[in-house]
Amino acid sequence: MFVALFGKNPLDLYFYMYQGAFGTWFSWQNTLTRAAPLILTALCTALPAQLGMVIIGGEGALLIGALSATSVALAMPWAPPLVVQVAMVCAGVIGGGLWIALSGALRQYRGVNETISSLLLVYIGLAILNHLVEGMMRDPSSLNKPSTREIGAANMIGSIPGTDVHWGLLFGLIAAFASYILIYHTVFGFASRVAGGNIRAAKIVGLGVNKLILTICFLAGGAAGLAGMIEVAAVQGRTNANLAAGYGFTGILVAFLARQNPLAIIPVAILLGGISASGGLLQRRLGLPDASVLVLQGIIFVFVLASDALYGRIGFLKGKT
Amino acid sequence: MADATIGLWTVPLAVFGGAIRVSTPFLFVSLGECITERSGRINLGLEGTLIMGAMSAYGISYLSGSPWLGVLAAGITGALLGALHAGICSLPRVNDIAVGIALMLFGTGLAFYLGKPLIEPTAARLPAIDFGWWSDIPQVRAALRINVLFLIGVAIAPILFWAFRTTRWGLLIRTAGESSDAARAMGYSVLWIRLRATMVGGFLAGIGGSFLSLFYPGSWNEGLSSGQGITAVALVIFARWDPMLCLWASLAFGGAAALGPALQSVGVTSGYHLFNAAPYILTLAIMIITCSPKRTLTGAPAELSITR
Amino acid sequence: MDFRRISRRHLLQGSAALTLGSALGISSAAAADTTIGFIYVGSRDDYGYNQAHAQGAAALKKMPGLKVVEEEKVPETDAVEKTIESMINLDGATLLFPTSFGYYSPHMIKMAKKFPKLRFEHCGGLWSDKDPANAGSYFGYIDEAQYISGIVAGYSTKSGKLGFVAAKPIPQVLRNINAFTLGARLANPKATTQVIFTGDWSMPVKEAEATNSLIDQGVDVLTCHVDGPKTMVENAARRGAMVCGYHVNQSPLAPKAYLTGAEWNWEALYPKFVKMIAAGEAIPNFYRGGLKEEIVKCSPYGEAVSAEARKHADDIKAKFLSAEGYTIFKGPIMDNKGKAVITAGTDRGQKDPELEKMDYLVEGVIGATS
Repeated sequence: MFVALFGKNPLDLYFYMYQGAFGTWFSWQNTLTRAAPLILTALCTALPAQLGMVIIGGEGALLIGALSATSVALAMPWAPPLVVQVAMVCAGVIGGGLWIALSGALRQYRGVNETISSLLLVYIGLAILNHLVEGMMRDPSSLNKPSTREIGAANMIGSIPGTDVHWGLLFGLIAAFASYILIYHTVFGFASRVAGGNIRAAKIVGLGVNKLILTICFLAGGAAGLAGMIEVAAVQGRTNANLAAGYGFTGILVAFLARQNPLAIIPVAILLGGISASGGLLQRRLGLPDASVLVLQGIIFVFVLASDALYGRIGFLKGKT
Repeated sequence: MADATIGLWTVPLAVFGGAIRVSTPFLFVSLGECITERSGRINLGLEGTLIMGAMSAYGISYLSGSPWLGVLAAGITGALLGALHAGICSLPRVNDIAVGIALMLFGTGLAFYLGKPLIEPTAARLPAIDFGWWSDIPQVRAALRINVLFLIGVAIAPILFWAFRTTRWGLLIRTAGESSDAARAMGYSVLWIRLRATMVGGFLAGIGGSFLSLFYPGSWNEGLSSGQGITAVALVIFARWDPMLCLWASLAFGGAAALGPALQSVGVTSGYHLFNAAPYILTLAIMIITCSPKRTLTGAPAELSITR
Repeated sequence: MDFRRISRRHLLQGSAALTLGSALGISSAAAADTTIGFIYVGSRDDYGYNQAHAQGAAALKKMPGLKVVEEEKVPETDAVEKTIESMINLDGATLLFPTSFGYYSPHMIKMAKKFPKLRFEHCGGLWSDKDPANAGSYFGYIDEAQYISGIVAGYSTKSGKLGFVAAKPIPQVLRNINAFTLGARLANPKATTQVIFTGDWSMPVKEAEATNSLIDQGVDVLTCHVDGPKTMVENAARRGAMVCGYHVNQSPLAPKAYLTGAEWNWEALYPKFVKMIAAGEAIPNFYRGGLKEEIVKCSPYGEAVSAEARKHADDIKAKFLSAEGYTIFKGPIMDNKGKAVITAGTDRGQKDPELEKMDYLVEGVIGATS
């Protein structure tokens, strides 16, 4: 209906969307590659949500994670690739984790609202990244795109054999499953959900709420930091301003559409990856500007949210709210 | 011609001028969001509203030649988007934050789509009032060329402050925000109250957008907002849902935003990325200093999903 | 309902186009239907950098037998690799123009290796022998046009203070700032250029703030190097300052204040590329040119430009166009910290690779590179 406003045949549009996102093997790979970072950044919002916290700073954790992973890799040029890669994963997780844990700590110890502090930390993280990349950490030979030095081809983690999809997807899937188990099948997860439901009750039964919050925030930031590390180790090979591509912000949307359920995040991330993959084809075949893809996304989400409410829960969106 | 250099005085002057020039969109969006959030809803879609407002104001001003019609159009567009948000949120089990994000994409996309033909033409701008007539220094005069919208925004803040406390409507909105049960018990429809509050919020945010496109920076392009709507929503939390604090917060934020370029113009050039992040660092620092774990978020509407 | 029927029809059409596209090598290209893919980093009607490229693409659309597919707002991540692959696999593109600097390495290089039979032409990259032979980089010496702008600005300023709103301190930007300043000092040896970096390519509020701060400092002629110069042009004109444009001709925005400007001329270059391919000629992998090669051009002079300024600028322009050319970066040149960056007797001609590594601001520029 809305497409008609653009003066195009709606059926064409659906067809191209399908073709661009899932129509061919290539399209599937395209979709999955785009979905990989979204799974991880969505976890950055979904995990704290179990505690009733709204964290929207995944982008910042991603950038800091990427920065720390790159620094570690550059600091150990002598090490064999596997060691470097493991160190990068650790650094990415720790860097991103601490960044969001900072939001959590500020909330617990200073009473600073975590939503606003995590958002502010995004801009601060970006400024730090730009500052370092154009200053101290700049590779003098990166002329018109200030970047750090490359981590080296040997240290790149490459693609899943037989596909063009990088290993980030697997990391994402593992992280999502692990979070699911953590939240729904461990005492720790149960405690978090109790605290999320009612902080006072949680305190009465003697849960260490501070510890819970810090741990969850650390894990959440760690997931986004991991996404940053993967962007460096599987895609860019170095850190520069390209990393701020908005994965962190799209992740928020994924998390909310998935009703903060770590498992539901996977299909939602793939759906979003598909929409962005097909966006290019829509632009090219129908001559639509990029903006119309944004409009469509908005409509689709509104529609999904509303129909979810009207017709009960749609299969994969089932979640515990 | 008088000596045009004022040297280091540029910095405080730019910060002062910036506080006035840059703060207005923050002011309008945060005041609008303040109303909405006091009624117990959060509308993250105001970023989209701001951009839609900027685009429609520019378009209407260009077509009609009257910038004030543009401002009105921006407000109406904003109110419609607000109604859409409230309408969807009134369905059961719909998360207002998620709807907000969806509408942010929708509003931004629609504005970009409809705004394509508006990038090149120049529309009639809002007039400025010259408060600098007393000064011989051109820089001071430039800083004091103040737009009426800014003054309106400054006036709205205390009016809202007063209205929340004393008028029937203000009390109703706050009741709906504190306890929907209480509002219902009084025989009012909470959804209806929130619908209106969100529409008024959208109206103000749309006007904030019109300031961007019709006064400062004063033209329509797709990079116009760069996250100002979202930041303004965050400022409301920072300002603890108090309209007067929204005013001060917006002014401080605007002034801090002017700091980076101004420092460079007098020769402080190292670390300009860090100076450009000054507004965010400043806000965070103020929050860390002023907040206390004992009284988390005093003034927070109890029904708000973000604080519940 | 009939959705299935329609989709099948499209599927057939789509696959037909695909085989057609892949059957066409580059050698036989341009004669039959050739699909050319353009990728832009921002909106293609930004009245600036991307629009200049889109105008070049539009020139190709007018040529017979060419199909142009475009995608805008493609971030400089693996998204651009996927866009390239998608253009190749789904649209059958055989010639690709990724037009943003950050697309080059590693993304476009990776794709050029993966599709060795297709041709990639990148704007702004620095092709070297290590890069695949089917990838090329082209760029224009727009500093020549900035030099002309500088001359005009030098004559037009009353305060002797010029302003430059720049995005980032990278070589391409620094080269423009330096050329502008050198040009201005040719006209007015006492002229200075004050530069403000906004930190990113599209920050309208920061650009407006920078413009205001510069004018507060007494600057009366401004130019810029950001993606969309409209904000700077309009705000400067409102404050009564004069402007030199960038990327495309912005004189309609401020007809009185607009002096001249440095513009891209992709409309001339892209058809030239396609004709070269059609004629079987190889495009040099490292393709550069300036005013003479018609890759860049100057906007027509505005009414505020004095006769004296016009004459001087036209003289230099004629030298650029002449067979022996003209050298902007001719030693001795000092940087603004007093260090000799180009020693006396050294001429750095437009193609000198040292200039592509520029990391200094010349004497007369107020500002620092970091």
